[in-house]
Parts: sequence; structure tokens; C-alpha cells
Amino acid sequence: MSGKGRRLSAIVEFDTVGLRYGTGAEVLRDLNFRLQKGGFYFLTGPSGAGKTSLLKLLYLAQRPTRGRVQLFGEEISDAPRAALPQFRRRIGIVYQDFRLIRHLSAFDNVALPLRIAGASEVEVESPVREMLAWVGLADRSSARPATLSGGEQQRVAIARAVINRPQLLVADEPTGNVDSEMAQRLLHLFTALNRLGTTVVVATHDIGLIKDTAGARMIRLENGSVVDPTGALRNPPNIPIDERH
Amino acid sequence: MLDWLLASPAQRRLLADRSGISGPTPWLIAIMSFSMVIVAAAGLALSNTASAIAKAAEHRYSVQVSDGGRLPSVLTALRSAPGVTGAEAVPEAEMRSTLRRWLGTEAENPDLPVPTLVNFDAGAAADLVAIGKRVRAAAPDASIVAHRDNLKPMLRSLRSLQWLALGLVLLLAGAAGAAVVLAARGALDTHRFTIDVMHGMGATDVQVTHLFQRKIAIDALVGSVTGAAAAGVALLLFTASAAVLGELTGGVRLTLSDVLLLLFLPLGLTALATWVARSAVLAALRQAL
Repeated sequence: MSGKGRRLSAIVEFDTVGLRYGTGAEVLRDLNFRLQKGGFYFLTGPSGAGKTSLLKLLYLAQRPTRGRVQLFGEEISDAPRAALPQFRRRIGIVYQDFRLIRHLSAFDNVALPLRIAGASEVEVESPVREMLAWVGLADRSSARPATLSGGEQQRVAIARAVINRPQLLVADEPTGNVDSEMAQRLLHLFTALNRLGTTVVVATHDIGLIKDTAGARMIRLENGSVVDPTGALRNPPNIPIDERH
Repeated sequence: MLDWLLASPAQRRLLADRSGISGPTPWLIAIMSFSMVIVAAAGLALSNTASAIAKAAEHRYSVQVSDGGRLPSVLTALRSAPGVTGAEAVPEAEMRSTLRRWLGTEAENPDLPVPTLVNFDAGAAADLVAIGKRVRAAAPDASIVAHRDNLKPMLRSLRSLQWLALGLVLLLAGAAGAAVVLAARGALDTHRFTIDVMHGMGATDVQVTHLFQRKIAIDALVGSVTGAAAAGVALLLFTASAAVLGELTGGVRLTLSDVLLLLFLPLGLTALATWVARSAVLAALRQAL
């Protein structure tokens, strides 16, 4: 907290993590990396490299079959199931297929994380309206997902992911269904959130996005392993947070 | 403790819960509730009948005298015995009337030897050995039979029927529970996507369970109260048209405590269904991460 800037600490730490589904071969092997608090990361790699599986480990939809995963400084690989909701409430997720609840309005979809966290209706109203306005959907708050375009659904999904001001935001191909202009707008949303302190992990094939994001780091996955020839992901340099952007 | 029953409109919207009552579950539970109340009422009526018969026969005895000429002395001996509260000879016409059921018109044949019977009631503290001695002093071949011994097989049958009714009530409750488990699993399958999204956002199993528990509790309450009300109407109609049955059972009716117990049944069924739904949903949710 000195004038030289706040130092980053790890928010995610993977130590020799492996993942297999059932009795199949490992889809992720020996993952060793640390994501720094307040960092912005792009997860890239060819289709089938294991990006979605890695994201599932990050947002606690899967447990590793071996190795150790630390989130927010706590070991979660073998944490009791009942402890997981508290971790999940600190993570925002943008799914590749949006995963909006189709019988709920845009407002209710965005409000869901707040309601799950126990917010009252009075506490929900204003932040949700603001968030919908932020993603340019103030006038579509009562629309059902089926009546929204792909880009609008994507923005509702993003608004839902960030409404709780998560400490970690995980997005799987968030710009896959939108045009380049909308992709840039969404990226600005992510960087704005990142400036507020949220660690962002975006899985994408879009190299343009990576180029346009100053200070972002890249995690490249190939055949289930992280490509880290310099060891920078395993032992990231201690970059002051103020110098990233 | 029961705050889960008071869902907000937003919580109701999560399961697209528009009318509050839907699907076959309330109907299934109504049928179970109707059957349970009818069977339980029959069981309670049987119990009351058995108790009334047993109570009436508890201190009643019969003396069989083969020599009708000794009847007056037997009656005198009984009426003077300590503890005997009343002794009456069974009229021969009544005996023949009873025999007519087995022998037909032959029961009227004057050559038919009809045994002489005396019914007497003895107090709880009466010394039956002493009474027996007095009777045999008056008529050496007389035999004393306790009515309760004669009624034992019938009372045993009534008690068995009573247990059978209880067993049926429990079976019906079990069937209702099984129906609720199926309904809960069906609801979970229907809303699997919503549940997965909620879990991903940090919803606890208890939060998810409350949504289903509330819906099934309302379905169960509506179903069980409707079924019980229909059973109540059926019982009233049956009771009104079964005066003959009342006579057969000594006019036995359901007591206030019986009615209260029957009223408790739909509430008990609702509580059971709610508990089963909660357990089924929690167990199913634990299968996921």
C-alpha cells in the first residue's frame, strides 16, 4: 500500500492439477500456475485443448482428480461440498451458451445472484437497473431471453455475472456471439470491472481482443497442459497493480 | 422456522410457479388422503365396537342348567350371592328363537330338549368360586360360562381388523410418500437447468430445496384436505344411512378424540409429504458437486 503501488497476490493457485472425466484419459495434466489478484488473463488454445475444463475447475463445477487448487487463499480441492457455495458467490461466470433461465425476465436473471446471496427486493432493484443500463439494456428489463438477440442475451449474462462485484470473473468465449463492435464494448466492461479489482479470466479464440487489452496476460493451453516456457505463470513477477494499465 | 413457506414472488417465478397448484400430485395425495381417512375411521369404529362389546361382556356370565326344575333355586342362589348385581332366566321362547337360526322350524318341536339358561352380572370384586359353589349346591350339574370367553374369538377378529386398518393407513402413507418422491424427482428433472445455474451462483442445497419443498407442501396440503373433506362427506352419508349398523354395534359412534385424530390425518400427511420431498430433493442435490 505504499506510494510504489499495491503488490499483487495469488487469487488462484494450481499445483500439479490433473482432471479426467470418469475413466477416460486426463483432459488436463500437471497444471501449475498462479493467477494474481486484480490480474486480467486470456485463456487461449485450440479447440479441445481443455479451456472449458479449466474454467470449470475455476468456477467450481468440477473438482480436480489430482493436484491442489487454491482459491482466494484457501484450499478447495477437497473442501466439503457445503463450503463451496460461499466460494461460488465470489465468482462471476459468463457461460459460452449464456445459460439464462428462459422463463425469467432479463431483470430476474440479472437479479438472481443478489437474491441467492440474500439481498432483499429493495436492495435488488437499484443495482439491477443500473447494471442493465450499463450493458445498454435498460429498456429490455422485462424481456424474456427468447425475445432477446444473441448479443443482448450475452450482455444479460455478463450483467448477471458481474452484478455481485465478484472477486473472480470467468468468461467462456464471451464475444463468440456478438459483432466486433459489441465485442469491444464487452471488453471495456471487463476492463472497467478489472480496474475495480476483479480478477478476470476470459477464454477466447479472438486474438484481436488480446491485443486490445493492455496489461493482460495470456495462458495458452495445448493438449491439456499450460504452455509456460518461461515459468512466468508458475512464478509470476510481482508487478505493482498501478502499473498495469 | 417455517419461513420457507412464505416464498416471495421472485422465488415463485424461479420455478415458473404460476397457479401454485398443478400436476397430478395434489390428486394423488387427495386419493391417498380420502382412503386413509375412510380406513382410519373404519378402524376406529371397529376399535370402539370391540371395546363396547368387551365392556358389556366383561362381568356377564351364563349358567346352563340341564334340569329345568331346578331353575328357581338356581335363581335364588344367584340373587342372594354377594357381588351378583342381577340374574335373569332366558325365556324359553328366546332360546327357541335363537335355535331357529340353525334348526329352522324344528326348533319349535316340543320334544326338543332346550337347555335352561340364566344370565347374571357380577361385580368386579365378586368371588366367582363362591358363586359357583352356591349354584352347584342348587343344581349339581349346572355349569357357569363367562361371556368374555365366548366372545374372545370375535374380539380377536375385531382387533385383527383394527390392526389391519392401521397397517393400511401406514401403507397408504407410504404410497403417498413414494408418490411425493417421484413428484420431487420429476420436478428436479424439469428444473435441472435452473438448479445448475443457481448452484453455479452459490445457491445452497437448502435454498434450492425450499423452492420445491414449498410447492410440494402446498400441493400436499390442498390434496390431503380435499381428500379428507370428501372422506368426511362420505362418512356422514354412510353414517346417516347405516342406522342398522349402529344397532348391531350397540350404537357405537366415533368419539371426539377419534374425530380429532381423523382431522389430524390430512395435516400429518402434509407434514409427511413435505418431509419426504425435502429429503428426496436434498438427497438428489447431493449427487451433484
